[in-house]
Amino acid sequence: MKAPEFSYVKPGSLAEVFDLLDRHGDRARVLAGGQSLLASLNLRLSEPELLVDITGVPGLGGIAVSGQTVRIGALTTHRQIENSAEIAQHLPLLAQAVRNVAHVAIRNLGTFGGSIALADPAAEYPACAIALDATFVLARRGAERRVKAREFFRGLYETALQPGELLTAGEFPLAGAGYRSVFLELARRHGDYAIVGLAAHARVAGGRISDARLAFLGAGSTPVLAVRAAAALEGRQPDAQAIAAAQATLAEELEMPADLCSSRATKLHLARVLLGRALGALGA
Amino acid sequence: MDKTLLTTLTVNGRTVTRRIPARQHLSDFLRDELGLTGAHTGCEHGVCGACTVRVDGMTVRGCLMLAVQANGRRVDTIEGLSDSGEIADLQGAFHRHNALQCGFCTPGMLMSAQELLSSRPDATRDEIRTHMAGNYCRCTGYQAIIDALEEVLASRRGGRK
Repeated sequence: MKAPEFSYVKPGSLAEVFDLLDRHGDRARVLAGGQSLLASLNLRLSEPELLVDITGVPGLGGIAVSGQTVRIGALTTHRQIENSAEIAQHLPLLAQAVRNVAHVAIRNLGTFGGSIALADPAAEYPACAIALDATFVLARRGAERRVKAREFFRGLYETALQPGELLTAGEFPLAGAGYRSVFLELARRHGDYAIVGLAAHARVAGGRISDARLAFLGAGSTPVLAVRAAAALEGRQPDAQAIAAAQATLAEELEMPADLCSSRATKLHLARVLLGRALGALGA
Repeated sequence: MDKTLLTTLTVNGRTVTRRIPARQHLSDFLRDELGLTGAHTGCEHGVCGACTVRVDGMTVRGCLMLAVQANGRRVDTIEGLSDSGEIADLQGAFHRHNALQCGFCTPGMLMSAQELLSSRPDATRDEIRTHMAGNYCRCTGYQAIIDALEEVLASRRGGRK
């Protein structure tokens, strides 16, 4: 199908962006990479009056390491994350996750900020951000605030972003010594939306797991941090019994709604499988 | 606010200026305004890959880019890649391996293949399959396409074209 009619503007500054968003309210949509927005317009799932293309605004891109933080600008593309030496070195969880984002042609245009702001339940970055305890920078005219990833995702496609606010960056703390990450995802075909996925980040010392952050995607409207599974693992070696104990907690903690292809039981089973594989990889 | 925008872009090396409706995606602009019908419209939401073209050296889905977003940018279509001889070896390999039947997916396949071959000259068969997973084919069953790419990778590595 073809997109409905809309106006388009490409401002050159944040000030202009805020001015446009304030003036047009929910009749305007922010356009960055467009890999989700333009698809939804082609499918006529929304009909905005105005697209505000923010890709001409300076200062919203780039990957920078300073002190104990990796800052990823909102306009950083998936391809840039995939090719980044800094991400490979400091945030290997993201480097693993990004390879599961759609396909190369979409990764060439799609952005980090777009994925976070859309908050699709099957998206990879929101789960990674929660596993890595990231913070998002939200800007509005004249002000800026920070929201922790674990508080940012509120519901289905619903985030802490308020009208007139723009996500400008994600800030990721550098991992402490001994931390390892594993990202795993199951999809029917490579590049499809995930059936279920797991972003796992934990400290492994002397073969024992501690401070495990296990963020599932595709498990509900928002990513779910499996705290009971983490508690079941604390201080233990990831042997068969520990893994089974952690897997047993998932049925209570993960909503895992059924979808067109998979029942709740199937998705729970797959979540348990991913947890087992991730723990095996972390302990290896 | 403007529903149409005066846009200038370079297509296969030629500079083109048109007033373009904001809602028109790049594939439709290339096909309907410039007569470059090599890029095909399949799913129109980014998953089938039949609309794949190259913008500023990167493959993109023509259906997920507004034509007005190509302002100031360089677009290469399958017509350009073919006319310049850039993918002559790929096209020959596709013929030899029977890697096309109806041809609907083929321009997109060639665009994606050329990006892979240029960026990963040492790609394994598995890596080829992963990269090409974003282009759907309803006819060939894919193996012939992968075979053609393997052959071209090997020959480019060997310095022959």
